[in-house]
Amino acid sequence: MLETNATENKNYEPLIVAFCCNWCSYAGADGAGNARKSYPTNVKIIRVPCSCRVNPLFVLRAFQRGADGVILCGCHPGDCHYTSGNYYTRRRMKLLMGMLSYLGVEEGRMRVEWVSAAEGNKFSETMNSFANHIKSLGENVKLRDLRCKK
Amino acid sequence: MQKIAELMKKEAISLLTEKKVANVLGWKTGEFFYDNEAVNFSTPEEAEALVYNEFCPSNLSKYLIAKTMIEKAPTAVFVKPCDTYGLNQLIKDHRVNRDLITVIGVPCSGMIDINKIKTIHKMKGITGVEVDGDDVTVKSVYGDRKFKKADLLLKKCMACKGSDYAIADKELGERMECKHAPFDKFAAVRRLEGLTAQERFAFWQKELSKCIRCNACRNICPACSCEQCIFDNQYSAVAGKANANSAEEQMFHIIRAFHVAGRCTDCGECARVCPQHIKLELLNRKFISDINKFYGEYQAGADAETKAPLVDYTFDDVEPTISAKGVK
Amino acid sequence: MLKIAKAKLPELFTSLAAQGVLYTPVKMEGVTNYAVWTDKAKVDLDNQTTRSAKDVFFPQIENVMDFEKAGLKLSVQQRMIPDQTNIIFGVRGCDARSFEILDKVFLKDPIDEFYKARREHGVIITLACSAPDETCFCHTYDIDATAPGGDITTWLVDGDLYWEANTEKGKALTEKIKGALTEADAKAVEAQQAATKEIMKKLPLADFKIDPKIPANLEKVFNSSVWKQLSSTCIGCCSCTYVCPTCHCYDVRDFEVDNKVERFRCWDSCMNRDFTKMAAVNPRPTQLERTRQRYMHKMVYFPQNNEGTIACVGCGRCLQKCPVSLNIVKVEKALEVAKDV
Repeated sequence: MLETNATENKNYEPLIVAFCCNWCSYAGADGAGNARKSYPTNVKIIRVPCSCRVNPLFVLRAFQRGADGVILCGCHPGDCHYTSGNYYTRRRMKLLMGMLSYLGVEEGRMRVEWVSAAEGNKFSETMNSFANHIKSLGENVKLRDLRCKK
Repeated sequence: MQKIAELMKKEAISLLTEKKVANVLGWKTGEFFYDNEAVNFSTPEEAEALVYNEFCPSNLSKYLIAKTMIEKAPTAVFVKPCDTYGLNQLIKDHRVNRDLITVIGVPCSGMIDINKIKTIHKMKGITGVEVDGDDVTVKSVYGDRKFKKADLLLKKCMACKGSDYAIADKELGERMECKHAPFDKFAAVRRLEGLTAQERFAFWQKELSKCIRCNACRNICPACSCEQCIFDNQYSAVAGKANANSAEEQMFHIIRAFHVAGRCTDCGECARVCPQHIKLELLNRKFISDINKFYGEYQAGADAETKAPLVDYTFDDVEPTISAKGVK
Repeated sequence: MLKIAKAKLPELFTSLAAQGVLYTPVKMEGVTNYAVWTDKAKVDLDNQTTRSAKDVFFPQIENVMDFEKAGLKLSVQQRMIPDQTNIIFGVRGCDARSFEILDKVFLKDPIDEFYKARREHGVIITLACSAPDETCFCHTYDIDATAPGGDITTWLVDGDLYWEANTEKGKALTEKIKGALTEADAKAVEAQQAATKEIMKKLPLADFKIDPKIPANLEKVFNSSVWKQLSSTCIGCCSCTYVCPTCHCYDVRDFEVDNKVERFRCWDSCMNRDFTKMAAVNPRPTQLERTRQRYMHKMVYFPQNNEGTIACVGCGRCLQKCPVSLNIVKVEKALEVAKDV
């Protein structure tokens, strides 16, 4: 049972977890830094070798431990450093997003974006827009383990 | 079904007498008429106890993991058409040794749900059940009642995949059809998809809060055959034995459904064995329906060769973007 | 004896709920379980609950203490011992007897303070059975389903609920709510009790008994060859353990968040693979040892340590809920005819 009748507080700073693949998106994040393009400080980047390293369990665990939004960034399909990793990511995350929506979690709490190493601008824009979207959705109450108070 | 039972008994006894196999997996009578138990026969004398009737819903394939991989003993198994999909899945997952298995297909015209008799028809004190074609008589100390078999079928039998065997070394008897009212197995999924996000969340909160983490669904599932489940692994950070709150209630079920996505044959065993009658089939069928929609119609276990959808890809797969409808 | 019309039960529940937290069997999403009563609850007095009444005294998950780290200081806080009054209505004879069995475990030195507090603040209102099921065998343990005991016993006969207080606690509660009840004689109740006993004689398990050689012969039962066949189809889930009114094993674990750790206990089952996992070895490596353990505990070890009390109350839940139809009746019958016991 939902432990409290907490409604999603909209006046807060969202906590966002970004899984970034080492070869494209993480380099893209560096690119954003080099070009002095800012993105919110409450985006926590976790570097993975490839976007397909991300297990649906990681996404749910991030939500469970207090993340309000989770975004996966990887190489563009066709450009994966390991040739085909992001093709698997595409299928896996499509199904996971469908399941989260089916369980009643707000659409848009989880996103997948393809950001290449040269797209520092895109990285910064994506993070800014995602953070704004998560802020408008309110705090994640549905998937959070309420013992993990922020 | 009685004729089939006799053919099965003859087959089992002959296989064991001629020592073609060391074990035969089948069913024998339980305490009451409706609780037949899976059993392993290792001698022709034991095989005399074999039965087969409308109360044999379990899939015996999963016992082959221990028999062929640990005991390494040649084993024969009786499988109904729906069980063969689970068996193919076990073979595809390399969890059983196909060379040690003799697959004997047995026909099925539908299994009866004793819980329907007890809860919908509120019968207690049941002392016996007699099936004559489509007519079923349930005897009880409080009075006997008659039913039509089609009204008493297990929920999983309403979505019967038909009388073809996905795998069989031998078939016994004539194939049978399961007669049931028309049933759209994705209708409930679509109905849920049509609700608002809040309504869906409220529905799943109520359903999943019933869960007592008994793991019956996981342990009976032919696709769940990990030697150590992450939920039992103390180093996996999601290990847990009880649900402290809704987040843990959801975690187990989402992850389990995801781990079997693309490999779930829709056999319905998980929902059947749940002691709290949680509608688990709605989770697994959501994945099946999404896979069918995005990656082409796919039936897990139809054969032992094709790649499961989640270990496959095309260059034109649909992008994982949020839907155009946005937040509801 | 007192009584109240069945149609007026909501009034009775309202006045009981004013005396403490009231639990009744409630039908929710297709299953019946004990839940906190509200006036919207669909009270179900016809069906057996899936989970047993032990939940009220021994919840599935319960925090016992917290640790907090602040710099180099570590503080330890014990959770409050519960002191709210719980009233459980609708407990059958089988579940009522299970409390006596659980008391032998939790109230034996060292006393479990959480369980003790819940027991002391708990009032048990039993409901006699009048339509036993084929899976019922409480008579095996000399439980009278028609007179189930507890602090207050109730009977549903025709359109009335009859009420009789048995203990001081029961009498005290009755005093507080007796405005809703009227005087009655016991004739209708006695008639129902006799009729129920007649039905019980016709049930399939009417003659089921635990053969005394089982609790008396530990070595022979332990080494018997029947366990191989009995355990071969067990899938090692915890269904039987969690629905059983007398199973009581638990695990103690920590939940970590930043600088805080919550220590909690939760139900565990000897059927789980890691139940006896230790640093060096797991003494029950296969399902055979684990399945055998559960039945040895219920029929041999517990009676040997507790004046012959078998740790079973004949509620029949394991017969209904096991996915592979393994249960204590089957095990007893196999041991009874086993040549090596």
